[in-house]
Amino acid sequence: MIEAHLPILQVIIPLIAAPVCVFLRHPLITWALATVISWVCLAISIMLLQQVQASGEIIYEIGGWAAPWGIEYRVDTLSAWVMVIVTSVGAVVTPYAKLSAEKEIDRDRLYIFYAMLLLCETGLLGITITGDAFNLFVFLEISSLSTYVLVSMGKDRRGLTAAYRYLIMGTLGATFYIIGVGLMYMMTGTLNIADLAKLIPDVAETRTVQAALAFLTVGLAIKLALFPLHLWLPNAYAFAPSVVTVFLAATATKVAVYALIRIVFTIFGGVDILESVEIRHVLAALAIAAMFAGSAVAIYQTNIKRMLAYSSLAQIGYMILGLSMNSVTGVTAGLVHLFNHAMMKGGLFMVMGCVVYRIGSAKLDDMAGLGKQMPVTMGAFVAGGLSLIGVPLSVGFISKWTLLQAAFEKGWWPVAALIVVSSLLAVIYIWRVVEVAYFREPAAGQVAVKEAPFLMLIPMLLLIGASFYFGIDGTSTLTVAGDAAKALIGGLK
Amino acid sequence: MIPEQVIPWALGLPLLGAFGIWITGRWPNIRESVTLITSLLVFVLVASLFDNVAAGENPSWQWGEMLPGLGISFVLEPLGMIFAGIASFLWIVTTLYTIGYMRGHHEKNQTRFYICFAVAISSAIGIAFAGNMLTLFVFYEVLTISTFPLVTHSGTPEAKRAGRVYLGILIGTSIGLQLVGIIWTYSLTGTLDFTPGGIMEGKVQPTIVAILLALYVFGIGKAAVMPFHRWLPAAMVAPTPVSALLHAVAVVKAGVFTVLKITVYIFGIDFLSELGASTWIAYMAAMTILLASLVAMRKDNLKARLAYSTISQLSYIVLGAMMATGLGIIGGGMHIVMHAFGKITLFFCAGAIMVASHKTEISQMRGLGRKMPITFICFLIGSLSIIGLPPFGGVWSKWYLALAAAETDQVIFVAVLMISSLLNVAYLLPIVVRGFYNDPAPDDHDQHHDTDNDHADANAAAHHPGDASGPHQWKWAGMTEAPPLCVGALAFTAAGCLVLFVYADMVYQFLLPVVEGTVK
Repeated sequence: MIEAHLPILQVIIPLIAAPVCVFLRHPLITWALATVISWVCLAISIMLLQQVQASGEIIYEIGGWAAPWGIEYRVDTLSAWVMVIVTSVGAVVTPYAKLSAEKEIDRDRLYIFYAMLLLCETGLLGITITGDAFNLFVFLEISSLSTYVLVSMGKDRRGLTAAYRYLIMGTLGATFYIIGVGLMYMMTGTLNIADLAKLIPDVAETRTVQAALAFLTVGLAIKLALFPLHLWLPNAYAFAPSVVTVFLAATATKVAVYALIRIVFTIFGGVDILESVEIRHVLAALAIAAMFAGSAVAIYQTNIKRMLAYSSLAQIGYMILGLSMNSVTGVTAGLVHLFNHAMMKGGLFMVMGCVVYRIGSAKLDDMAGLGKQMPVTMGAFVAGGLSLIGVPLSVGFISKWTLLQAAFEKGWWPVAALIVVSSLLAVIYIWRVVEVAYFREPAAGQVAVKEAPFLMLIPMLLLIGASFYFGIDGTSTLTVAGDAAKALIGGLK
Repeated sequence: MIPEQVIPWALGLPLLGAFGIWITGRWPNIRESVTLITSLLVFVLVASLFDNVAAGENPSWQWGEMLPGLGISFVLEPLGMIFAGIASFLWIVTTLYTIGYMRGHHEKNQTRFYICFAVAISSAIGIAFAGNMLTLFVFYEVLTISTFPLVTHSGTPEAKRAGRVYLGILIGTSIGLQLVGIIWTYSLTGTLDFTPGGIMEGKVQPTIVAILLALYVFGIGKAAVMPFHRWLPAAMVAPTPVSALLHAVAVVKAGVFTVLKITVYIFGIDFLSELGASTWIAYMAAMTILLASLVAMRKDNLKARLAYSTISQLSYIVLGAMMATGLGIIGGGMHIVMHAFGKITLFFCAGAIMVASHKTEISQMRGLGRKMPITFICFLIGSLSIIGLPPFGGVWSKWYLALAAAETDQVIFVAVLMISSLLNVAYLLPIVVRGFYNDPAPDDHDQHHDTDNDHADANAAAHHPGDASGPHQWKWAGMTEAPPLCVGALAFTAAGCLVLFVYADMVYQFLLPVVEGTVK
C-alpha cells in the first residue's frame, strides 16, 4: 500500500532527486526532472491533507522503530496545510525557474541550482512533517545550507555578501535552536515532540526549561526574520536570483513560523506558555513593531525586490501577531495568512522576476513606462499589490478581516487600530511603483521591452489568480486553518 | 426570467460588456455600439425588477461564501432599486453623451475608458443590490479602484496628483474607518445582514453605537462629509462624462446611499432617534452643506464649482439620514434621484462648453450663452432644480427634508436648508446671467447671433442625435453648439428635471415601505 508510505515519500523523493540532478548535469533535463518532482510532491501533500481531514492524524514510524526510540513523522491538519503551501509554491516556481534562472545564473551551474532547490524543498518539508525535535534541526540545516548556496548563485556579486550574512545569522539561529533542544533533552530525556509535550509541564517551572524556551524562541525568530532579528533578510531577498527569492519568500519564513508554532503551542501547549510567561506580550510588541518598521522602510526603497522584502517583514508581523493572541480566531488568522501571503508575495516576486528578465534591473527608476510595455506583468503587480493592501476579493482582505476580528474578540482595540493603519502604509509603497510604471515616460535611451515569455507569465498568473480565487472563496482556506487552530488551542485546555 | 435570475445578469452584463468592449476596441463604432447595447440591456433588466419590489417582494440571490457564515448576497429593496435604476438609466444617456464628447475632444485610450466605465456601473449595481454590509463593502472598494484609471485618464502630472488624493482618501477612510466599523459590528452582533429595524438594538451599548456611527459615516468617504471631501474636487481632472455620471451620480450616490442603508438597516431609525447618537453628525452634515456652498462661490473653474456644489448637496442626504426620521430617509432617497438629474445636466453642460469652446473658467464665459443657447438654457433648468424651485424635481426632496427637520423640532436644520438654497442661487445663476447678458470678452472675435428660438432648438436637437464623428463644433441655425449627441443628452436630462416634478409622488410611494410605520 503506497498510501501508507506517503509521509516518507514526501521527503525522500525530492531528497533522492537532488543528487540525481547532479549526475544528470544537463540543464534542460535537470529542469524537467525538478519540475516533475515538484508536481509529485504537490500531489503527495494534497493526498496527505485529504487523508488527515478524512481520518485524523497520521503517525508514521521510520523503519518500524516506535517512538520515542525511533523517529516518527506526524501529519496533522497544520503540518499538511503547511506542506501544501510549500509544495504548491514549489510546483509553480520550478517551471518558472527555467527562463529566469538561465538569465540570472551561469549555465554551467544550473544543475546545482536545481539540486539545491530540491534539497531546500526537502528540508522545508522535513521540518514540517517530522515529529522529532532533533530531526527538525537536521532538516532545518538541510534547508538553510541549500538556501545559502541558492542566494549566492546569482551573477550579482552582492549576493555573496548577502549569503554570507545570512549564513552567520542562520547558523546562530540554528545553534540557538539546538541549544534549546539540548536543554529540553536534559530535563526530559526525550526528543520526540509528542513526548516532550507530555513531559514538559512537570518541569516547566525550572530555569533550564525556561532557558530552553528562550533559546528556541530567539533561534526561530532569527530564522523567520522577526523584527529586530531580520537583518539578513532584505539583502538576501534583493540580491538572490529572482526565482530563489520567489521560493524563499513564499516558503522558508512560513516554515520557520510553523516550527515556532510547534514549540509554543505543541511542546509548551500543556502549560499554556503564552498566558503564563510574558512571552505573549513580547511577541505581540515585536510583531507590531515589525508591521510598522517593515512598511515604513519599504516606502523608501528604490530597489523593488528589496521593497517587497521589507514588506515581507511587515507581513510576518501580522502572522506573529495573530499567533500571539492565543485564541482560535487569532491563530486562524496567523495560519491563513501563511497561505495567503505565500500566494501574493510569491506572485509579486514572480512579477519582479519577469521585470528583471526583460530589463535586467529591479530598480524603480528603470521601470518607467513598463505599464504599457509589459501590460500583463504590471497588471499582475497591481493585482498582487491590491492583495497586499487587503482590498476585498483578495486574500489579503481575508487575512485582515480575520485578524481584526480576533483583535476585537480579545478587546484589543488599540491593536486593531494599529493593524488598520499599518495596512494602509502598503498603499503608499505599492502606489509608488504603479505611478512610475504607468505615469512616468521612459527615460531617454531606455530600450523598449516586450512582455515576458509565457513560461514565466503562466506560473505568475497562477499565483496572482490564486490570491484572488481564495479571496473570493475565503471559506475554503479559513476552514482548514480554523481546524488546525482548534487542534492547537484545544490541546491547551 | 424570474427576479432571482435577473440579479446576476444585471450585475454580470456590464462585465460581459466590458469584455466585449475590450475585444472590439480596435473598431470604435462597434465598440461604442457594444457599450450602448449593454447599457440598454442593463437598464431593461433593472427596470424589470421594479414591479416586484413595488409589490413588496424582496428577491434575493447568493453567490458563494466569502467568509464562514458571510456570503456575497443580494437582496432587493426600494432604496437600492431607486439607486440601481438611476445609475443604469443615466448610463444610457451618458454613453450617448460620451461618444460625442470623447470623439469631439479626441481623447486617447478610449477603450480603457469604456471598460472601466462598465466595471464601475456593475459595482454601483452591486452596491445597490447588496444584501449585507460585507457585499456592499466589496463593491464599494471595486468601485473606487475601477474609477481610478478614469480619474487619471489624461496621465498628466496633475492627474497623477489627483489620483493620489482620490485613492488616498477613499481607500484610507474605507479601510481605516469603515472596515473597522463593519468588523466591530460583526463581532458585536454576529450578523451583517441588512435587516428592517436594524441589527443593533439590544446588542450594542449606546456609547459604542455613537462611535460606530461615526466610523461608518466618515468611513464612507464617498459621501464626502467634511473633512473627507477633498477627493471629489480632485476627481474633476477626469473627462467630463466621468464627472457627470460617476462623480455626480454613481460614485457619490453610492456613498450617500450607503449612509441611508446603514441608518435604516444596520442601526435602525427608531433605535438611533431614541439614542440621539446621530445628532452631532447631523450638525457636521449641516456644516458641510454651508461651507461647501461658500467654497463653491469662490471657484472660478466651472467643474470645481460644481464639485463643491455636489459636496454640499450630498450632505443634504446625509443630514436626512442623520435626523433619523422616516421623512428624512424618504427625502434623502428622493434627493438621490432629483440631484442626479439636476447635477448630471450641469456637468453635461460644462462638458459641452469645454468641447465647443475649450473654456473651463466661468470668467471666460461671458456672452457664451448667445452662441450656445441650448446648453445655457439647460444649465438654467438644472440650476433651478438644484436650488429647489418649482416646477422642477429638486423642490420635492428639499420639501421632505425640511418637513423632517421641522418634525424633529430642529429648526436650525430648516434654516440651513433655506440658506443653502440662497447660496445655490448665488453661485449657480450668475453663470447663466453672465452667459446671456454680459458682452463677450474683448478677445473673442466670433460673431454672435440673435437667440430667440431656444426652446424649439432644444427639442430639435434632442431628435437629431445623428453622426457624431464630425468636428467638435456643431453650427446650426446660427448657433455654435457641442456635437449633437452631447446637446441631445443634456437636453434630455434637463427635461427629466421637469418630468420628475410631476412624478415625484411615484418615487415617494415607492420609498414609503422602507420606513413603514414611522411616517403618517
